[in-house]
This record gives sequence, C-alpha cells and structure tokens, in this order.
Amino acid sequence: MSAAGHISSLGPAEAQLDGPPDPEGQKRGWAGYLLLLPGGLWLLLFFVVPTVTLVATSLYDPAGSLQLGYQMTWHWQNYVDALQDYGPQFVRSLIYASIATIACILLGFPLAYAIAFKAGRYKNLMLVAVIAPFFTSFLIRTLSWQYILGDNEPLVSLLRTLHILGPDGYLLATPFAVVTGLTYNFLPFMVLPLYASLEKIDPRLIEAGADLYASPITTFRTVTLRLAMPGLVAGTLLTFIPAAGDYINSELLGNPQTRMVGNEIQDLFGAGDYPTAAALSVTLMSAIVLLVFLYVRRAGTEELV
Amino acid sequence: MGTDLQLTSVTKRFGAFTAVDDLDLTVPQGSFFALLGPSGCGKTTTLRMVAGLEEPTTGTIMLGEDDITRLKPYKRPVNTVFQSYALFPHLTIGDNVAFGLKRQGKKDVAAKVTEMLALVELEHLAKRRPGQLSGGQQQRVALARALINQPQVLLLDEPLGALDLKLRRQMQLELKSIQTEVGLTFVHVTHDQEEAMTMADTVAVMNEGRIEQLGPPEELYEAPATTFVANFLGQSNLVSGSVAGARGDVIDLDVQGTRVVADKARARVTSGEVWAGVRPEKVYLSSAGHDDGSGVNTLSDGVVSDVSFVGVSTQYLVRMAWGQELTVFEQNTGARERFRAGDKVDLHWRPEHTFLLDASQDASAGVEREDA
Amino acid sequence: MNTFSRWLGDRLVLILGLLVLLYMFVPIFVVILMSFNAPGARNSYTFNGFTLDNWLNVCEPFQLCSSLRTSIEIGLLATLGATILGTLMAFAMVRHRFRGRSSANLFVFLPMATPEIVMGSSLLALFVNAGFAGALGFGTILISHILFCLSFVVVTVKARLSGLDPRLEQAAADLYANEWQTFWRVSFPLVFPGILAAALLSFSLSFDDFIITNLNAGQEVTFPMFVWGANQRGIPPQINVIGTIMFFIALLVVVLGEMASRRRAGR
Repeated sequence: MSAAGHISSLGPAEAQLDGPPDPEGQKRGWAGYLLLLPGGLWLLLFFVVPTVTLVATSLYDPAGSLQLGYQMTWHWQNYVDALQDYGPQFVRSLIYASIATIACILLGFPLAYAIAFKAGRYKNLMLVAVIAPFFTSFLIRTLSWQYILGDNEPLVSLLRTLHILGPDGYLLATPFAVVTGLTYNFLPFMVLPLYASLEKIDPRLIEAGADLYASPITTFRTVTLRLAMPGLVAGTLLTFIPAAGDYINSELLGNPQTRMVGNEIQDLFGAGDYPTAAALSVTLMSAIVLLVFLYVRRAGTEELV
Repeated sequence: MGTDLQLTSVTKRFGAFTAVDDLDLTVPQGSFFALLGPSGCGKTTTLRMVAGLEEPTTGTIMLGEDDITRLKPYKRPVNTVFQSYALFPHLTIGDNVAFGLKRQGKKDVAAKVTEMLALVELEHLAKRRPGQLSGGQQQRVALARALINQPQVLLLDEPLGALDLKLRRQMQLELKSIQTEVGLTFVHVTHDQEEAMTMADTVAVMNEGRIEQLGPPEELYEAPATTFVANFLGQSNLVSGSVAGARGDVIDLDVQGTRVVADKARARVTSGEVWAGVRPEKVYLSSAGHDDGSGVNTLSDGVVSDVSFVGVSTQYLVRMAWGQELTVFEQNTGARERFRAGDKVDLHWRPEHTFLLDASQDASAGVEREDA
Repeated sequence: MNTFSRWLGDRLVLILGLLVLLYMFVPIFVVILMSFNAPGARNSYTFNGFTLDNWLNVCEPFQLCSSLRTSIEIGLLATLGATILGTLMAFAMVRHRFRGRSSANLFVFLPMATPEIVMGSSLLALFVNAGFAGALGFGTILISHILFCLSFVVVTVKARLSGLDPRLEQAAADLYANEWQTFWRVSFPLVFPGILAAALLSFSLSFDDFIITNLNAGQEVTFPMFVWGANQRGIPPQINVIGTIMFFIALLVVVLGEMASRRRAGR
C-alpha cells in the first residue's frame, strides 16, 4: 500500500515529452499561494514557532518550574550543564547511530541490489516483504527482540553451545542488543531509497563496464556504487537521524549504561526540568544538522531535497 | 470573411527569451495551414496561444469578429490534438471522445460519439482504454475527441510525431481527407517539411519566433525567400555571385567568373552581391567539355568527389574549382551517363530554376543538423 | 569448479538478500507465536504452551482496547487533516509557479529530517509556553500527528503528480472543462493512487508513533503508550494478538494495492 505505491512512484521518471517550449503546465497567480496557505500555516505554527520556542526555553532560568513559570535570562549555562551531565549519553547516541547506520548499509545493500537486479518477477513481492513487517507496531517488534535475545532463549543457548558466548554470556541488556534493535528498526529506511536508486540503473551500463575491461569489482565501484550514491546518501540520513534520537531501543533492550540522549531528554521533560531538556534537544538537533551538512557535502549530492 | 483566424503583432516572451516575435498571421476559414520550423522556432508557442494555453505578452488573436486573446481555453471554439495525444488514461475511448460534449452539456452524446468513432474507424474499440491501443489508433482517438466538438479551428501539435514512418505517411493522407470531408480550419504544427508540404495548402516557415515565408508549398519550394527556407525546405546549392545586368525578364549574373542567367520572377534581389541558388534535382551533369545544349546555365570543371546510389536517384557531390562542393541528384532513368568519383564534369540547369537571395544572409541557415 | 563459482556468484546477492529478508521477519514470527502463548510466569516472552485465550479475550487487559480506540481515532483524524493539507500543498508545488519554491521544498523536507525527540520537545515547549500545559491530550496529540504526517503526504502526492503529463489537464481545459471540472474529472482520479498511498502511510505513522505522542499526551493513552506502560508492569500476551492483527491487515492492504495497480497497468 502506502510504501509500495511510494516506491513505484520513485521509479524511473516517465518519459519526458519533447517539443519546445516545454509545457510545464505551471500556472501563475494567487491560486498557488492559496493552496499552500493551510499546510504552510500548519508548518509555521507547529514546526517553526515550536523550534524557536525550544531554543528560547533552552535559555530560561533553570530555577523556574512548570507551576511557577520560567524567566528568560539568556542562561547559556544550561548548555554547559547539559553537556557536562549528559556528554557520555550524547556521544554514545552518535556512536550507536553510526554503527547501526553502517550495519544497515551492509545488510540493506545486498537486499536492495537483489530486489533491483536479481528478483525478476518476484520484485514486487520482495518489496512488499520489506515493508510488511514494519506495519506491526515499532514497540511490539522491539519487545519481540527482548525474547529473541533473551538469556534463556534459543539464540543465546545456541551461541553458548558454539562457544561464541561464554557459559554466562548474554545478549540482552548490552550495547549489542541496542544496536541490533536500532539496525532492525531502521533497515527499511535504508533499503527503500537504495532500491529506488539502483532500480534506475540501466543494466547495460554494468555490461558496458565489463565490455570496457573493468573487473566486476571495478565496475561495482565505478559504475554501480556511483549511480547508487543518491539512494545511499538518502538512506544514511533516514537511518542515522531517527536512530540518533531514539530511546525506545535503549530502554527496552539496553541497560543503564546504554542510555542515549533521547532517554535523558524524555526523562528531563518528565521531571519538569524544561530548560536543560530543551538545551539537550537543541544540541542534538545542531549536531545532526552539522553532521548532515558535512556528510552531504562530502558525498556531493545536491538533489536530495 | 467568415471566421478567419487572425494574429496581429503577437509577441510571447518567457523571461528574457522571446519565443514569438511580433507575429502577424491570417489563417483563412476552411484552410489546411501548416506552421513549419525547427525545434524552438516558436511554432508550438503560437499554437498554444491560439488554444489559450499560453497568453500572449502583447498582440491580439481574433477568431472572426471575436477577440479571443485572453479567453480561457475552455471558452474558445478551438480544439487541439496534442503531441503524444494526451488521452485520459482512466477513461474509455468512448468517454474520452464524449468528454468535450459532456462538459458543454450537449444532447445525444452517445449517438454522436458512435458516429465520430465510425468516421475514424474505431467504433469496435469504444470500451477499451487508451493504454490498450496502438499508436495509430490513439492518434485517431485524439483526432475524434477534438473533431466531435466541431471547433472553428482544429489545432494539431506534431500529431504524427510519435508514429513510425510508414504509419505517418498513411495518417497524413487520412488527415488530409478528413479535413476535406469536414471542411474545418486545420492549423498543423510540424518540424517535418515533407509532412507540411504533403498536407497543407498553405505553409508558414517559422524561425526564431518569426515567419520567414508563407505561401503554397510549391511556391515556397521553387522560390524560397530566404536562405533559411532554401535550406530547411529541401536542399539547395547556394553559390555566391554578383548581378552583372538585367535585360527584360532576366538577370545576368557573374558566378565565380561564369555567366549565369536567372528569372526576375525568382529574384529577391536584383543588384549587387547575391546568393545564386538552384535545387540539386534541377541540375544535370555531363562530361567536362561536352556542351549539353544551349540556353542553359553551365558551371564547368567540377570533379565528382562522392557518389551515393539511393535507388530512384544517384546523388553526386561535385567539387568546384573555387573549393565549394555542390549537390546534384540525377534520376536513374538509365538514359543518362553515370559518373564515378574523380570524373571531370560540367553542371547544367535551366535559367528559370535559378533563384536569387540577399547575400547578407548566412548560407548555412536552416541546414538540417544530423540529429534533426 | 568454475561453473559452480559462477552459479554462486550469480545467486550470492540474491541469497544474501533473502537472508536479510528472513532477518526482518524473525520478530514477526515471534509476535505471531507469542500471541498463542499460554500465560505462565511474569515474563510473557517465554513460550508456555498453545492457547487461543489471548485471541478470545483481546480486551481483557485494562486500557488495551480503549487505547487502541484512541489511536484509531487520532490516526483517522490525523490522516484526514494531513492528507487534505498535504495534497493541496503538493498541487501548489507541482502545478503552480510561485516565489520561494526551493525554500518551500526545504520547509517541507525539514520535519522529516528532525529526530522525533526534538520535534516532540519543540511542540511541548510551545504548548507549555502558550499555557496549555494542563490541556495536553487528544488535541495536542492530533496537532503533532498532522504535523509529522504532512511532509510525507506532500512528498508522496508530489511524486505521483510530477509523473502526470500536464497535457492531460490542458487537454481537459481545451475540451471545455473549467478548472473545477478539470480537477475532479482528470487530475484527482489520476493522482488518487498517490493520495491513497499518502493516507495509508499517514495512518500507519500516526498509529505507530510513540516518542512525540509520549511528550504531548497529557493523561491520554494511545496504544503505543499502553504497550510502553505494559512493559514496565509485565506484558500481556494480548499485545501480540494486536501486533499479529496489524501485520495481517497491513499485508492485506499491501496485497490489495498491488493487485489494483497491476489491474490498472494491465488494462
């Protein structure tokens, strides 16, 4: 349904029609602004204004509370405090998200490649299979990893028998479990854009690479990977960003030593410490914007948006 | 004058680009009119302004006594056969054809649709959808969908461009006979000169937003007004020369040291430097030094540099003493001598086949590029 | 040997791909299996024996069905709101010329690139600062859900609309259809699959959201919040029944959608 339709619409653009001047079919006048207005207002009121409010809140005097109200005192110290108290969680979030993203690439690339080039008439079936599991609630899926990785369950028993884990070894409540959960939960966000990019590649290009004396590995590196770059960049962002802000996996599959920045923000809001929570939130957003900017520049893809 | 279509000083700019430049044009009622030109010449923009899909920057468009310049497309008695047809993929063929009548709230729609589909010989496909039809069938549906509204002007935007060559020839004849049958004004936009000449009674050759020349196909071909028309419509040999004098109906020229005669009727300039033009099929060859009759123009001492046999004719390229290569088409009647590369030849043609153009123009304007 | 390595080389990627797919389905198998699990010790994720009780008494755990109901209501309303607003925006962005196009694109893209925790905290900061701290609940959840669904609707409908030849709408205008008729008789039916896809996507996003909802819910309990709370108290096996039902409904919708699009293409 949704995602399936979305994917097919991401497929090769329909043949461009020729004949100048190109009739773009775009109308001028005020009707366009009128159509933009309701949605634009919603975004302005509930996305832009809240973002500004969040930044403002991060500079409030932390001595205030919900009941007594907050004073705007340009209290930059909130940021220093937040980073001092929650620096490790912050760094951990970025590290876990990075590992999960790399794992998603390693798992997602073969899958996307197989669907694009090897699935033949089962292409749509495989796409459905990628999407379908993700309509079962995020939380329920994550909870079922509690079982899969559980101490006395088949997987751990098997790994113990094989001596991959020690006799007292375990998987649940470890960083491994958290990263596994993150990888699992965001994998489709890697597979779908990668597939959309790969699917557009004309297989003859790969044959041409071979014809022009490139080994399969060289062809993959110089042709396939190059052309899949937009999908890879989009997939990386779609995986990394939500993973860095997630706290569900850490909460359900981790332990107190695997807490991520999302856990802390949530708890700070719960405890009523709005300025610190807001400062941590703004820091997270800034770090992500910075990383995304550097990454996109490095990857040299401008056609993302 | 009934309902002639009249464009008066129409200009259309897209930002800094002028697509149509101060165009004046009258299309008489009931005529089959072709706008011919290369990509980007402004012909499609002109058509879209008549359809109401673009608004002119300046100028007026009249249909009979009515000013339709700023009328919405759905308020003008003008219909279009779109490039690649633009058939509604979600409607059946019958519903596609009925679309215009239903929007106008006309009666007896079903009967009229059946009748119209019969005219284009598609009545058995009324329940199908466009995706299930061949290109030629889709083309006819597009035509039927427009014609059923009995517009005062029918616009055709490269209607045959998507068809293969054989089908295109067949559809050209069909379109022409339908036009004769229904007697409507057809304005046909194309970049295919053969298509324009086969079908239209009047052809306007457009280039860079302006009309280069307008007239019946034969006139455009035999007496081109500009180097662009000479090259775009068929091929031409253009040799630089100068007018030496005039006597009666003819003009004497000096072409690269040889005296050449031209008719005044086909001279766009009558003095000074000129391009002397002649169509390749009007020229015939003889071995060098063999006088081939008197009263014809002769250019001597060419060397055949290339010979291509194309079935009905043989095409020669002949390098002249001044370095230019001229093209000659000889019909393969069997009555004429065949030449090989390297043979020395003289070129001959009748004086009335010479046309004279202003030498200030680019001699290669309108030459078709390889990709065209 | 050479032929074998060739055979393997040809299929290696496919085999790897299928293994990854299998990995994606493992938790689903667990959920389905556990929905038939007989109650045992505190941990419901240990298989104690087969039973149909969970399926027969889905609503037994306190708040499970009421939270489900709340989630469905919010999902439907958010879908309606986001689909209407987003479709209008998509039409404006593809079919109309206006100033600030690229910034409009960025504006729509940004919410999708914002981590949920940040979006949720911003909204909470707004609601609290505007004096709605006590009024958090159904309304604030709905506002936030429309917000995060909106961008996805715009992107999905835009993709469909860009693939639509503008000549079709021009042809309709040429054939005496005014703007209104052109929209309802040509544009809308042709863009409908995209709108439907956007609506289904919105519903599933809304239904499944936890992080943003949790921050802005006040006393309201949605289904994901119920699951979260249950995790602290002990998970009732009925949760897996709901998970299983959701999976099969989604599968059904996907398959039906695929069949419909195949039928359209076949015509």
